[in-house]
Amino acid sequence: MRDIKALEGIAREIRTYILRMLTEAGSGHTGGSLSAADVAVAIYFSKMNFNPDNPKLKERDRFILSKGHAAPLLYSILAKAGYFDIESLLTLRKIDSSLQGHPCCETVPGVEISTGSLGQGLSVANGIALGLRLDKNPARVYCIMGDGEIQEGQIWEAAMTAAHYKIDNLCAVVDNNGLQIDGPVEKVMGIAPVHDKWTAFGWNVIEIDGHNMKEILAALDKAETVKGKPTVIIAHTVKGKGVSFFEGKVEYHGIAPSREELEKALKEIG
Amino acid sequence: MGERPQSSEGKTTVLPSKATRDAYGETLLELGKKRNDIVVLDADLSGSTKTVKFAKAFPERFFNLGVSEQDMVGTAAGLAITGKVPFASTFAIFETGRAWDQIRLVVCYSNTNVKLVATHGGITVGEDGASHQALEDIALMRALPHMTVIVPADAIETVSVINVIANFTGPVYVRLGRAKVPQIMPPDYKFNPGQAYTFHTGKDVNIIAAGIMVDAALKASAMLKNEGIDAGVINMSTIKPLDEKTILNAAKNSRLIITAEEHSIIGGLGGAVCEFLSENYPMSVKRIGIKDTFGCSGAPDELLKLYSLTPEAIAETAREGLRK
Repeated sequence: MRDIKALEGIAREIRTYILRMLTEAGSGHTGGSLSAADVAVAIYFSKMNFNPDNPKLKERDRFILSKGHAAPLLYSILAKAGYFDIESLLTLRKIDSSLQGHPCCETVPGVEISTGSLGQGLSVANGIALGLRLDKNPARVYCIMGDGEIQEGQIWEAAMTAAHYKIDNLCAVVDNNGLQIDGPVEKVMGIAPVHDKWTAFGWNVIEIDGHNMKEILAALDKAETVKGKPTVIIAHTVKGKGVSFFEGKVEYHGIAPSREELEKALKEIG
Repeated sequence: MGERPQSSEGKTTVLPSKATRDAYGETLLELGKKRNDIVVLDADLSGSTKTVKFAKAFPERFFNLGVSEQDMVGTAAGLAITGKVPFASTFAIFETGRAWDQIRLVVCYSNTNVKLVATHGGITVGEDGASHQALEDIALMRALPHMTVIVPADAIETVSVINVIANFTGPVYVRLGRAKVPQIMPPDYKFNPGQAYTFHTGKDVNIIAAGIMVDAALKASAMLKNEGIDAGVINMSTIKPLDEKTILNAAKNSRLIITAEEHSIIGGLGGAVCEFLSENYPMSVKRIGIKDTFGCSGAPDELLKLYSLTPEAIAETAREGLRK
């Protein structure tokens, strides 16, 4: 799908699902689910080849949510994509639900690998990309990481591996919202200069406004054309994006909206 | 001397000692020739783990991740998702300790078809000392749901184990050693996951052993025989899932159980056997192994003596245990 207005519409819809399911659950990660929503929607609905009736389709493109705490985002997208009923989103985090607090590949169709302990998704994405290459399978791999997450050493091990093995069927995204649990990323543990770091590790780096659908699509297109090295998109985003009173608030990293907040938030999203 | 390997026809053969890691390297190479879904990963130790044989023959299916065990495990999980059968190797302590959370999340919790085959397990790593001696790896792997844990006794068993797990779906940890060890299993032996191999069941005591301690147990059994003590020997190569039936049978038919392993007595084979027996058939169990301490540098034989992992120590434990 290349229709920017339609993709923006899906992103709004996804945001309402995220907020509803989090409110119903009473806990979970609001800020980072909303910040990565536009990029994730663009990847799924403009780029990815998949079949919800056959989650293990060999030719499918793969999506890895390395920042597993944004599970509400992934579940909302999978429901929208047809992997399961939209209504089941409201069972998030409940004792009898398959929708665990962090993504579990054994219980949720469409989840490629379980995540939640940070820093691990990029390694798995590399492995999938190498496996696809061995099979001459033209499918591509997408991996969304958080900016706080790239403090994990394993990310940089994986960054080396992707460059060393010239993995170009992979496109990674850093959801660069600038906040982590204990405060601003640069205050907790500085990661700057992010662009230079990835460049130094041998990656093709694209920097964009992670809420501008046109820029996101252009970056994803560009990533496909770069051969011989992996591409990372540094998507500058706003934590809690879409709901004014959540935006840029570190407190909403791991807090679900109250019923009152939900009503107000849904009105804002429209 | 311990018992000699016997074929099913009962013909006695004597095979030279061989390191389990050598058997691993050769078996991987053979598997690689037969199956192109086999891929191999290593973390800069391919010469020591012997995956180098596969690497030379099939460079496109070999991935050296450099000194990055966590990334290696994650990459292996990704390859498994695409239908490959990845064998990921490094030294036992780095494989299981350094990458434990990775093994937990993307191998066990995700139930990916990753084969972790580690070499240099146990005290017989020798001169490199405590930093390189994995004495806790079995405990670490045994605690993880979905994980199968296997410690082959010799090269013969290793060949069979590697062939079997290549066809087995699910996470597996195989622990191999550095040093050459006697070949004690029958040449036509076929490994069955979860099934122990009983050399014979003893009326007085049964020694349940794994890895290099199976050979020591056979030698201890021969010593005790001369003194009129009937000591059975069981090779419990699958530590998880445990062959409970064989343990129960051995326990019911003797007065004492001894476990013997080249690992901490906490959380390994001894721990597993005690957990099972205390709930199902409480009786006297003596655990031979490393007694809650780190190792030190030294020649493998000297270390085995220093930490009482010898046939003599097993025999003495049997005598003492039976006197009480």
